[in-house]
Amino acid sequence: MSLLEIDDLRITYQTKGGPVPAVRGVTMAVERGQVMGLAGESGCGKSTIAGAILRLLPSTTKVEGKVVLDGEDILTLSPGRLRAVRWAGASIVFQGAQHALNPVQRVSDQIAEAIMVHGQASEKAAKVRVGALFEQVGLPPRRIDDYPHELSGGQKQRVMIAMALACSPSLVIADEPTTALDVMVQAQVLRLMKDLQRDLELSMIFITHDLSVLVEVSDVLAIMYAGKIVEHGPATEVFYDAKHPYTRALAAAFPEIGDERFRRKPTGLGGDPPDPQKIPSGCSFHPRCPLVFDECPKREPELLASGPGRRAACLLLEPAHAHAATDNA
Amino acid sequence: MSATEAPVTGEGPTSPTDNVIEVRDLHVTFAGHVSLVAGLTGKKGFEAKAVDGISFELRRGEVLALAGESGCGKTTTARTIMGLQEANAGEIVFEGKPIGKKLQAYRRRVQMVFQDPTGSLNPRQTIYEIIAEGLRIHEIHNGPNGETEEQLVGRALSRSGLRPPERFYLSYPHELSGGQRQRVVIAGALALDPEVIVADEPVSNLDASVRGEILQLLMQLRRDLGLSIIIVTHDLGLAWTVADRIAVMYLGRLVELGPTEDVLLRPLHPYTRALLDVVPEAGGIDRPILEGEAPDPTKIPKGCRFHPRCPVVATGRAEELGILDKCTGEDLMIEPFAPDHGVACWATKMGETPRASSVSAVSDPGSADPGSSG
Repeated sequence: MSLLEIDDLRITYQTKGGPVPAVRGVTMAVERGQVMGLAGESGCGKSTIAGAILRLLPSTTKVEGKVVLDGEDILTLSPGRLRAVRWAGASIVFQGAQHALNPVQRVSDQIAEAIMVHGQASEKAAKVRVGALFEQVGLPPRRIDDYPHELSGGQKQRVMIAMALACSPSLVIADEPTTALDVMVQAQVLRLMKDLQRDLELSMIFITHDLSVLVEVSDVLAIMYAGKIVEHGPATEVFYDAKHPYTRALAAAFPEIGDERFRRKPTGLGGDPPDPQKIPSGCSFHPRCPLVFDECPKREPELLASGPGRRAACLLLEPAHAHAATDNA
Repeated sequence: MSATEAPVTGEGPTSPTDNVIEVRDLHVTFAGHVSLVAGLTGKKGFEAKAVDGISFELRRGEVLALAGESGCGKTTTARTIMGLQEANAGEIVFEGKPIGKKLQAYRRRVQMVFQDPTGSLNPRQTIYEIIAEGLRIHEIHNGPNGETEEQLVGRALSRSGLRPPERFYLSYPHELSGGQRQRVVIAGALALDPEVIVADEPVSNLDASVRGEILQLLMQLRRDLGLSIIIVTHDLGLAWTVADRIAVMYLGRLVELGPTEDVLLRPLHPYTRALLDVVPEAGGIDRPILEGEAPDPTKIPKGCRFHPRCPVVATGRAEELGILDKCTGEDLMIEPFAPDHGVACWATKMGETPRASSVSAVSDPGSADPGSSG
């Protein structure tokens, strides 16, 4: 059994302007020890999925489907049981470490608090655990009694990672963990997370719009567009041999240095990501798709097998249109 | 990829001596905090030398990328070129003349595009008013061929890809998408018919798929209008897709400057190599990564300012070459190394280039077991 199984997840935010469908039927699984990269542009629903796994969404949000973590459906848990699962079953590392940390509490106390709240240790033992966690995430021990403002951006993100690991969860969700960091520090934090993931055999969901970061750390990639997964498969295969035109465009936004195809030729998609309240008919990507044809606005493509362990949702991948795909590619 | 993507550029600048802007020995220092007591006793706080003596030129029709970590001085350099920040020493020369203090005429010809389009547009002005404001400030009532203000605004919008322009006249910024807003910012710059555009991280706030379009627009404007462009970026991949030359900055200095292909494919400075090593690539997480955070411009190290993080020093290679004293004690400026390719590195002067040196031997001590990769 997979560690995390998400089945036909549908999430609709209730806003003053009416319901906003952010996730429109997502089914996916994360195996034990696996890193799944979840990619897509702002508004595609990737962070909403993270919120649903930890039940962090506003209470008015309509959530349908199943999110099964280690055999338990998160969406139906009692408040007490939910508290036990958060941090100990699954934890999250957010984007802006400076906003996620309490500015008037020492970082060691913040980490210790999480351990004690979950009854995993006495105060004394929690302190020892914090020391060990500091070492694990590469923070110097003398920083243990610092306040958040005394730390650099990279160090704060390391504190967040230590906190996420504090209760030994089996799943860690990292939502844009390095976007706010400088290039060099981003690489250091990515390396740290990947090393910890390997050493502790963690399962991870890594969320970012930067496909080049994801392909570096992930085993499998899921590409989202307008609340749905449009392509899914082994990370390097999806990145280098995308089957869906959207994935191809996203990969081209992060070209490799030395690749002559992109030298002095930035490539991009026309148009903008769709408004979740006005999702185009048929294939939601069709207004921006370079390979669009007459059937696209009429019929919504299903996720079909597009290779070993791979799936993609594009009408061109249906047997009847396969020739068109090769002609246009 | 669409059919309109014929080669976007010619072969870059027309002639290497035709410079639009020359930056000469520029210094910009920010004063640090001083306590009251210290201030009364005449003490000075730490000074941050954001830009510490740099010189380069922007050639006519070229795209020059200014790259480096945050805090390296790239944005300060751009702002000083724009006249938004006063220099402590050095000068900016535009078309052969120092810009001096009378900036209005200069500002019309050199326009800036900021990182955050939402923050640089007045939310209470319509798009028409936003574009027309620049024309009105510069008292341009008619174009060179007698165009009306509306025609000038319309032309700027359609050049920026907002077509038909009339559709956007009465819109407010919040009604547009992020990509459209950045196009409005670019249209605002274009309305004044500038020669130079300075773009500070113009796409880093935009969604991935929209970035390429904005960059394509800049490339197209360079080709159609003969603009010269300085693009400030931390993203070397972006520089690869647009820049003719790259200037790499570290702690307020240029450490390497040359044609994009040379700098990115055959880097001479260990810092450039390190920046290239952190560009994400598939299965590449086990590459060497430079330790430490972005350096502090209030505490500039002696000698080569990169030496505390330099792999050539850390691996003992500098000692082998007999240059350790120089690396740690003697400051150096960027010097020509190959044709059109300059570098500031003691090891390179000895004929060492990062590729040949032991840069790749330094790895993050946090990953003591690089062999365990899957």
